[in-house]
Amino acid sequence: MRLITHNMLSCNIKGVTNGFPLRIEAGNVIKKEVDFNPDFIRHMFAKLEWKALVEGARSMGYAELPEDSPDAAVLESDESFLKKLHHALLELHLEEGALVCPETGRKFPVNKGIPNMLLHEDEV
Amino acid sequence: MWFLCVFYHRLLDFRKPEVEALAELFGEEIAENESLQWRLPVHHHNDTPFHFVQLSSEEIARNIAKRSILVKGMYELWGEGTCYEELKDSILSYSDSRKLQFLTSDSTFRISVETFGKGLTFDEQKDRIQSLTYIPFEGRVNLKNPDHNFFLMEMIESEENNGLQPILQRRIFFGREVGFADRKLLPTFQLKSRTYLGPTAMDAEMAFLMANQAKATSGKLVYDPFVGTGSILVSAAQFGAMTMGADIDIRVVRDGRGPDCNVWSNFKQYGLPMPVALLRMDNNLPPWRSGLKEIFDAIICDPPYGVRAGGRKSGGRKILRGTVDPYTVPDDKRTDHIPSTGAYSLVECVHDLLHLAARMLVMKGRLVFFFPVLRDETGGEVKFPEHPCFKLVAVSEQILSSRYSRFLLTMVKVEPYSEEIKEAARLMHLEFRENHLKWLEDGNIHSSVFKPIDSSQIHTDPKAFKDPKPKYRGKYV
Repeated sequence: MRLITHNMLSCNIKGVTNGFPLRIEAGNVIKKEVDFNPDFIRHMFAKLEWKALVEGARSMGYAELPEDSPDAAVLESDESFLKKLHHALLELHLEEGALVCPETGRKFPVNKGIPNMLLHEDEV
Repeated sequence: MWFLCVFYHRLLDFRKPEVEALAELFGEEIAENESLQWRLPVHHHNDTPFHFVQLSSEEIARNIAKRSILVKGMYELWGEGTCYEELKDSILSYSDSRKLQFLTSDSTFRISVETFGKGLTFDEQKDRIQSLTYIPFEGRVNLKNPDHNFFLMEMIESEENNGLQPILQRRIFFGREVGFADRKLLPTFQLKSRTYLGPTAMDAEMAFLMANQAKATSGKLVYDPFVGTGSILVSAAQFGAMTMGADIDIRVVRDGRGPDCNVWSNFKQYGLPMPVALLRMDNNLPPWRSGLKEIFDAIICDPPYGVRAGGRKSGGRKILRGTVDPYTVPDDKRTDHIPSTGAYSLVECVHDLLHLAARMLVMKGRLVFFFPVLRDETGGEVKFPEHPCFKLVAVSEQILSSRYSRFLLTMVKVEPYSEEIKEAARLMHLEFRENHLKWLEDGNIHSSVFKPIDSSQIHTDPKAFKDPKPKYRGKYV
């Protein structure tokens, strides 16, 4: 599971209002190289929840991202920033671990890189 | 500029929508609520492989032909006629300023003869090429790799034509090739040699057609909420898109059939970039964070029709019916518990899909999906699900059996999502469900497709049983 995915997910158990962001319990994190596509990264930047991304990256062992969300102007001028963002979003993989709901503590397991977001019968 | 567009003679309903989508992708300016201009050759029926289309540049025509699955070639027409005399007049009257630049002495060329409706011997082909001596070719012939490729295409009149409308009159076209199809694509990607398959894996040709309808290209994010074995995403990835998929069945998505036989290995087989994400989730209760919207450029999918694979959603049969209260699984059993899932009707599934697309697609993003329809029930026009955020831009029928077809629907998001729209959509959904045939709601499409033929319908007289109409294959294949 990559951070780009983590940035989209929240806990959707019935009754939970504050299910985002999910805390990452990193079991096994690996790095996989992905071709750099600056257009794609710029396109995604606008949709991200920055704080959640920085937190998530830290849980996966990457602390190079700035705390505050940079201006859009940085995207055009600073390629090294784009590369860092690319690395954080697409190249860090959580193979085994869990995503934990901040409100209920419910753990959504991540196995073989695939998060299991299915709810149990009593959570629906 | 008008181009002669020659199609492969298959999937007739899919041909023009594909060209329209690709034209838009490659920069053709098409006004709101308008489409490309098409013209038929004289005496030809709409099913003909020959169509004239107006495009603003040769480059767009070339790009369309290269990426298209159903276009065989795009040509600049130099002349046409019902016989070779007419063809000669037509070619001679075509402006020299257009012709001469391709006939120069320092260029190489080739003339190919193609016939539709009858094969020609090598000598017959040679004779036809020789008859073109009035065209001042000054360059040298190069059969392998010419600068300019010319085609002499003859459509020969015939009564029987694989169930096509009979061709009333011969027509001959002569043109310069502007663009041609990539014939290596389908043989490379065919399912026959795919590592990981499932029962409903989308056939390669259709998956590419869907990816073209969705305008999948580099820099875009394409999502499939019913990913299964990833067959649709593979095609989108081949065209350069970043892909993402989800499925409720974890065995298909995570495990596959082993470490070298799963969704990832399908991408590895073709050297394509891996999907950005694969998730297990329920589209009926998706885990998207509440602020998330307008993130996908296209959603391409094949929702479960309930015929060969049924849809599932969270809850379990008994809970959904209310026979049993939601139960709590004891803590010690929770970690490996596989939550029960219950039946998920096609109508509800499509409603959730439209809702997902309305929220998650960027403006002008495309939703491309299949919708099954029973054939004998609908006497008149088929009704499709609607949503206030979407405009239906293309409908293509693929007949699957005598009992049912599926329609590939292409919808474009034209309105942003809002709470008011959500309410309007809910009402549209209820109306669709109420007014539509009962078979959709009950999931009875499966029984309708597989019910045995009523034996009383089988005539005892073998002659009478013979099909009165010749089988028209056009929409089947």
